[in-house]
Amino acid sequence: MRYLTARKRAEGKGAAHTGTEHHWFMTVTSVALAFLIPVFVIVFGRALGQPAEGVIATFSHPFPAILTALTVFVGMRHFAKGAQMMIEDYAQGPTRKALIILASSISYIVIAVALYALAKLTMVGFLFEAMH
Amino acid sequence: MAEVKRVERPLSPHLQIYRPQLTSFTSILTRITGNALIVGVLLAVWWLLAAATSPAYFEMANAVATSWFGDLIFTLSAWALWYHYLAGLRHLYFDAGKGLDIETAEKLGMGMIVGSVVLTIITLILV
Repeated sequence: MRYLTARKRAEGKGAAHTGTEHHWFMTVTSVALAFLIPVFVIVFGRALGQPAEGVIATFSHPFPAILTALTVFVGMRHFAKGAQMMIEDYAQGPTRKALIILASSISYIVIAVALYALAKLTMVGFLFEAMH
Repeated sequence: MAEVKRVERPLSPHLQIYRPQLTSFTSILTRITGNALIVGVLLAVWWLLAAATSPAYFEMANAVATSWFGDLIFTLSAWALWYHYLAGLRHLYFDAGKGLDIETAEKLGMGMIVGSVVLTIITLILV
């Protein structure tokens, strides 16, 4: 008889060998997104279709800018981990690793691009206001 | 003691002989919508980058984002987003150990399908 505790047996389990950490991450980010998404949809939906001035005016305000930054950051990390689950179900070996790295990279690139765009829109909006 | 039990467990039936059910269908659709949303995100973030780059670049990206193609992507994304949103709420409910009996799970599944369509229509009208 091996004297294994329930905890010892559960450690290192799961597709990524991190136990329930992955699942908990998805739970935490999904609750955050449950609050962010409805507000973001309204802000983004109203900005879409406007001329450049309207778009700059919208995203150079603190609330839409911070909301968008949060939504993209949390959303893209949620995507990377969610896509990882799908990849782990359908791909094995080096392909699996390559696809997980790809999904993670896409998520970080999208975050960086969005943050850069928001920072620049804030500056452009600031210059617009200074001129008028 | 917490020994690992070696039990002969039944193997899950193969997908091709598995009767399609509302519960499995809504679960698969959660994965599809969640992953497909990256398309709408890429278009949205590209559009945002263009707005921050130059008026000429924005005009080009905005023309794509507001064309029939852009409308199609964003409309499908809106539905995928709301479907995935409701699926996430259902997942949190399931995680709490509730609603797991077949009758409730199927009701929740129908609620997700109908709810996502209703929310998409509201989104298209309001924003």
